[in-house]
Amino acid sequence: MPVLKANFEACQGYANCVDAAPEVYDIDDDGVVVLLKAEISDEERPRIEEAARSCPVSALTIEDA
Amino acid sequence: MTRTVVVIGSSIGGVRTAQALRSEGFGGRVVLVGEEAQLPYDKPPLSKQFLTGQWDVDRVLLLTEEKADKDSIELRLGVPATRLDIAARQVLLADGASLEYDSAVIATGASARPSPWRPESGVHVVRTLDDSRRLQARLSDGGPVVVVGGGFIGAEVAGSARALGHEVTVVDPLPTPIGRVVGPEIGRLFSELHHRHGVVTRFGVGVEAIEGAAGDLRVRLTDGTQLQAATVVVGIGAVPNDGWLADSGLPIDNGVLCDQYSRALDAPDVYAVGDVARWFHPGHREYVRVEHWTNAVEQGACAAHNIANPDDLRAYRPVEYVWSDQYDWKAQIVGRPNHGTRHETVGSLSAGNPRAAVLYTDETGRLCGAVTVNWPKALVQCRRLVTDGAPFDDALAKVSALTPPSGRSAGEPVAGARA
Repeated sequence: MPVLKANFEACQGYANCVDAAPEVYDIDDDGVVVLLKAEISDEERPRIEEAARSCPVSALTIEDA
Repeated sequence: MTRTVVVIGSSIGGVRTAQALRSEGFGGRVVLVGEEAQLPYDKPPLSKQFLTGQWDVDRVLLLTEEKADKDSIELRLGVPATRLDIAARQVLLADGASLEYDSAVIATGASARPSPWRPESGVHVVRTLDDSRRLQARLSDGGPVVVVGGGFIGAEVAGSARALGHEVTVVDPLPTPIGRVVGPEIGRLFSELHHRHGVVTRFGVGVEAIEGAAGDLRVRLTDGTQLQAATVVVGIGAVPNDGWLADSGLPIDNGVLCDQYSRALDAPDVYAVGDVARWFHPGHREYVRVEHWTNAVEQGACAAHNIANPDDLRAYRPVEYVWSDQYDWKAQIVGRPNHGTRHETVGSLSAGNPRAAVLYTDETGRLCGAVTVNWPKALVQCRRLVTDGAPFDDALAKVSALTPPSGRSAGEPVAGARA
């Protein structure tokens, strides 16, 4: 299953990911991304990929397990 | 039969459209045409981290050859498109080549509005990587710096130049430049932000002329005063790159006019996304052109979906979102605060520890926009509430219920204080 990764140091709290895929991305009180799931299904991958690509600092990636 | 999509423009809108086509399962050819020979790069850091030298070019790349290969995106970089022939379904390139398409995506973006003042040298704009490099080199020769234009780009460049240790003055004919976006009251707080960081503003005053040469420029203002500058940066907006389409037959009017699906009017095989597109926004019931990074990404994804799924067309009706990092403020703006007739602030924008959300409502009584500062959590909430068309009072209650920001609004009880 595809694995969600985040570079928490790079995250700037722009929050596009949360808007695009609120079931896998959230943001904490300090404005840093929170991963709500470790893995996603292949079916949801395209949409989550688009959410990851909406990150202005490319802090989000999806890797093959 | 293999379908071909030709994407013209290799900045954020073009790159993300090409990638989204693959995410949407499009199996045909994808060709990405770009005027610059440079690998596609991202623009927001050009006025900030790249300009100050914190980030190098690798950090701003949007696409590498390896990533393009992986998604089978054919790159045609370093050659501008010169013509679109709708009847023949061809994109003509400056090197004489032509690319046949089944769908074309216009993503040629916008250019910095050129400076109307042309002294011998020393006047810069910031739009491309080369612009930012040239300015960076010039700034290393010393200040003072005059920035013409107090909008987002101007404010960010001023902050960067100040961070590099220069004396900086920002000039703008409007009394509160950011007020255009957030209203005059909050706009004034953005002006004060400059002052707190040692940047001088001359707002409400225009530029009459700029004379001299790099290192020794004189900026004459409309009130008769004059500023001395080593370097002048002009950030007075952008103009859509639609000139190459003048003889295409496409309707052009401050951008490529598109329907709600981002298809050019009268040419359903041609899409436009990002800064160059002026499309019919079904929520606002009017044609809009939006120069925001997020808009280019979202419109690209929507256009890619529509190309890959012609039987399941999606209307594009985004809620506007833009950010601007100025000094110690991360400002995030959602919706249309400038349509607001009233606003309320949750949290505090005072100097010590600014963290707040300003919510705006219009005559409908709904939340029409919000500005947050250093509070991404509130931004997320506001973005959802604007999307849902939430009543203003409900929105205000929901944002107030978030973990209280460390700053305080005037009138709130102070913890531990005795009356």
